[in-house]
Amino acid sequence: MTFKVINPGLLTTIQDLGRPGYFHLGIPISGAMDRFALRAANLLVGNDEGAAGLEAVFMGPLLEFEVDAMVAVTGAILPPRVDGEEQPLWTAFPIKAGQSLTFDYLKGGARAYIAISGGIATKPHLGSRSTYPIGSLGGFDGRPLATGDMVPLGEGKTVKAGRTVAEALRRGPGSPAELRVLPGLYWHLITERAGKAFFDDEWKVAPEADRMGVRFRGGQPIEFAPREQPFGAGSDPSNIVDGCYSYGSIQVPGGSEPIVLHRDAVSGGGYFTLGAVVSADMDLIGQLQPHTPTRFVRVTLEEALTARRDRAALLARIREDLS
Amino acid sequence: MHIRYSHGGDEHIFVEIGEEMSLDAFFISLSLTRAVREAKIDGVTEVCPANSSFQVKFDPDKISPDEMMTKVKALEHKAEDGEKTLKTRIIEIPVYYQDPWTHETLMRFRERHQDPSGSDLEYAARINGYDSVAAFIEAHHSSPWFVSMVGFVAGLPFLYQLVDRDRQIEVPKYLRPRTDTPKQTVGYGGCFSCIYSVRGAGGYQMFGITPMPIYDPTQTVSYLKDFMVFFQPGDIVKWKPIDRAEYDTILAQVEANTYAPRIREVVFDLEAFKADMDGFNARLMEALNDV
Repeated sequence: MTFKVINPGLLTTIQDLGRPGYFHLGIPISGAMDRFALRAANLLVGNDEGAAGLEAVFMGPLLEFEVDAMVAVTGAILPPRVDGEEQPLWTAFPIKAGQSLTFDYLKGGARAYIAISGGIATKPHLGSRSTYPIGSLGGFDGRPLATGDMVPLGEGKTVKAGRTVAEALRRGPGSPAELRVLPGLYWHLITERAGKAFFDDEWKVAPEADRMGVRFRGGQPIEFAPREQPFGAGSDPSNIVDGCYSYGSIQVPGGSEPIVLHRDAVSGGGYFTLGAVVSADMDLIGQLQPHTPTRFVRVTLEEALTARRDRAALLARIREDLS
Repeated sequence: MHIRYSHGGDEHIFVEIGEEMSLDAFFISLSLTRAVREAKIDGVTEVCPANSSFQVKFDPDKISPDEMMTKVKALEHKAEDGEKTLKTRIIEIPVYYQDPWTHETLMRFRERHQDPSGSDLEYAARINGYDSVAAFIEAHHSSPWFVSMVGFVAGLPFLYQLVDRDRQIEVPKYLRPRTDTPKQTVGYGGCFSCIYSVRGAGGYQMFGITPMPIYDPTQTVSYLKDFMVFFQPGDIVKWKPIDRAEYDTILAQVEANTYAPRIREVVFDLEAFKADMDGFNARLMEALNDV
């Protein structure tokens, strides 16, 4: 019960919903950057929502199946083909032992999620199969997939081909992308004018965008309110005494380019953060291509929670449709 | 101490004990994170102590951020009557200062450094007022260090020098972070030393390297069988300078999986330490003599 990796694509990793509980030792939460898309893909093929699937960045892998299975591809617009025949996105389709799964060029988004009935059955580490490459932990030998890997699959349930997620329920960022932000953490270190400019300016996604974080460029540099640097922090006004980073928090090293920290981010460090992207919008960041124009939208805690409920309601409708 | 609370998005509460680093702030952070854990608040997924702050991650579907904030704030009184003694251990970490591998790396990233003409150690010695690199290295390893945070990457310890503030070493981080740091580099940034547990990016000045692994996801290293991460907050470290021959010997033992770190159980008493730092440190380090 395996599939074989003929070509891994650009960067394809095994991911589930993550590895909470070890952040205090520097082990990140990991897991799919677009967890909404992974959950939907798993539901389509009859898996538990948290089953391990593949996260493919910008380019799909070439996989050869040694077992009959049901597959679904969600997230980025990376059209799948079975032995050359195009298959629909956000829809369950069958693949037979001996057939190959390939992908067309990326037409939108950044990360495709590939769920396979039965889920990927590599050995979990600290409760998760997610790959954390920096720490050589989880996934397939702690690294992204490579040519020749034989990836084990679990026992799947039988589901019908053609199960699909309605277009209206597929979630992705628009252009310009809008990311809702709750100011806080070390917000008080910057001037009022800098705070306003951060939300007024249009930013662009920089090429430095990975599982650790996504960098933005193009807005005005951040101005810091005058203060004497506290002992132990370091001399730059963007330095703080090293502390924990929140998932989604926005650091601006040297005040120049904001970085939104994502699933494999360092657990802490010595740069101030000015707030955090709300949990409901973190999935969208996983689908941002370089150069995408982006606006940060200031929200209140109440609005952040409403956004979270809206996203949960969307997922609930998918669950209902596929039950 | 004025404690500052903030929401970190809708999934975190961030608590800053003090803006500046101090052992008092660390002990309060440790007491409060312990109190949050013991309160067993439904919905909490992570409780993370740091040097002078801490963070609680929770599921807002189970408990609202405002309610979580109220619960965390309600524990603040525990800061005052928190334990100021810690049953812990002192560990001797062998360090090969001025090793060829960190030297090769620092030369490669010289244009990102404050002083492209020298080495990280020469720069750190000079700005901290030492006459020579040798005198600076001696200052680095002659007092014990306190692990005040574990994080950044998997299992990386931040170490705080157990001396008076006016004797503490302070250095800035690189102007721009390196994209590479050898595994097990002994680094320095702000007032903290660290050991890079894995190879990767980093902004701390590089002083040397230890042959002793401190993180092993495969859990084959004998002393990492029970858990893949070696350090925890509260551990005390004594650096032991070694030369190339000793480095190679220990490395061979690590590779044969026969290396056993020198460790002794000790009690760290904050008030006793503050009353007589040198005397207290001497007793701490003596514990290693009979290992």
